[in-house]
Amino acid sequence: MSKQFKNPTEDPLWLKLLLGAVALGFIAILLLLPLALVFKEAFADGVTTFINAIKEPDTLSAVKLSLIAAAIAVPLNTVFGIAAAWCIAKYDFRGKTILVTLIDLPFSVSPVVAGLIYVLVFGAQGWFGPWLVEHNIHILFALPGIVLATIFVTFPFVARVLIPLMVDLGRDEEEAAATLGATGLQTFLRVTLPNIKWGLMYGILLCNARALGEFGAVSVVSGHIRGVTNTMPLHVQLLYDNYDYAGAFAVAALLAMLALLTLALKSLLEWRYADELAASHRH
Amino acid sequence: MSLVVDSITKKFARFPALNGASFVAPQGAFVSLLGPSGSGKTTLLRILGGLEFADSGSVRFADLNWLDMPARTRNAGFVFQQYALFKHMTVADNIAFGLRVRPRAQRPSKADITKRVTELLALVQLPGLDARYPSQLSGGQRQRVALARALAIDPRMLLLDEPFGALDAKVRKELRADLRRIHDHAGVTTVFVTHDQEEAFAVADLVAVMKDGRIEQFGTPQDVRKNPKTAFVSEFLSA
Repeated sequence: MSKQFKNPTEDPLWLKLLLGAVALGFIAILLLLPLALVFKEAFADGVTTFINAIKEPDTLSAVKLSLIAAAIAVPLNTVFGIAAAWCIAKYDFRGKTILVTLIDLPFSVSPVVAGLIYVLVFGAQGWFGPWLVEHNIHILFALPGIVLATIFVTFPFVARVLIPLMVDLGRDEEEAAATLGATGLQTFLRVTLPNIKWGLMYGILLCNARALGEFGAVSVVSGHIRGVTNTMPLHVQLLYDNYDYAGAFAVAALLAMLALLTLALKSLLEWRYADELAASHRH
Repeated sequence: MSLVVDSITKKFARFPALNGASFVAPQGAFVSLLGPSGSGKTTLLRILGGLEFADSGSVRFADLNWLDMPARTRNAGFVFQQYALFKHMTVADNIAFGLRVRPRAQRPSKADITKRVTELLALVQLPGLDARYPSQLSGGQRQRVALARALAIDPRMLLLDEPFGALDAKVRKELRADLRRIHDHAGVTTVFVTHDQEEAFAVADLVAVMKDGRIEQFGTPQDVRKNPKTAFVSEFLSA
């Protein structure tokens, strides 16, 4: 009686192989091949050409602008994300579902539309346009516009990661801290933050990756002034359009490296964070 | 210096949780709030702890307008049904939390905190477990840590919300006896919520039987058992 029982959810071998082949083929053709090609093209004429292309002043200025925009947008969205998640997880109020939906809005709106909104508001013909011109304040085609567009697009990342985590954690520990005499700030720093730190870092990482890579919304508000308002993704397009393939692929490779670094950190965090989450569920 | 709870009402979005709950207990008493689910006992306890706010009514305790004070300044130790221990802290850090968050002038020295933690662990009969994390403890042990944490702040009042609800019968009995012993030792006014009448009668000096947000009867266990005032009380007790 050594009849092997079949697992009720087990599929035939040919189906497993087919599904595996489809998934792997898809990843290989659509993700890995282009990524490999970016690096191949970037280093086609040797490392020196690559470094020279990066060292070009306009390229360096694009890298700098992207980093500045991310350095402003990511901390602001981190503070906002924590505040939003705190409100949603710790308080009961009317319109909570509306707030959650609004936080998701940037995910569902095309980034180009987001850029156009800022043109309508701050552009020369926009609501605040004349006032801004009068006071010599530059938002569009300048750093503030790029930062605003980046903030809009990367708005949901931190909040989206923290909301389910904090809802799941509940309010018990914060309530216990309050009855033990902790102030709101002490409770946040000593109780809430340690419980959400891995999730928070994960959200910040995703937010940062998107902030550096954003094209659509930034493209509308930047004005594409070479060496002044071009971010890295915009600069890639500009170089490509000018038949500077070596330069375009060099910057693209740099962006791809940032993405790979993010991915590596993300996997590391996922591994750590899953561990922590499992520990917190061991009740 | 007694605890005077006077006509507390509280409405949640859909239903009234408390409909004028009142009782008077002497300082140092052990009071049980007993009643079926939905009778408002946990809401009343959370109002005493400052975790929920009454719509009307007042509480006077130790000559203080108790309800005007935020939870933080009431110095009322609270023990939750699901323990609510700080997961990322060791047992010792959990117990020391209430001492460490005090303003510098009132904060005991490091050595005093360590000494206090050791004393409390002995009091709740968990000596030597200070370096463990909550996830490494059994339910009964976790609730003992939660009790030690609440006692660490030298509370004016000790509030327990079905503290033994998640534990098995044997552990419940042990913890109940220990709680009574600790209460008698510290002399702190204690309010204890339970839906288990045997538990309420075994541990408390005074029992408040609750129904629909009101206190149906308030008295000593013997008195309530011998002379149930309403049909509900006699029915609830015979169930």
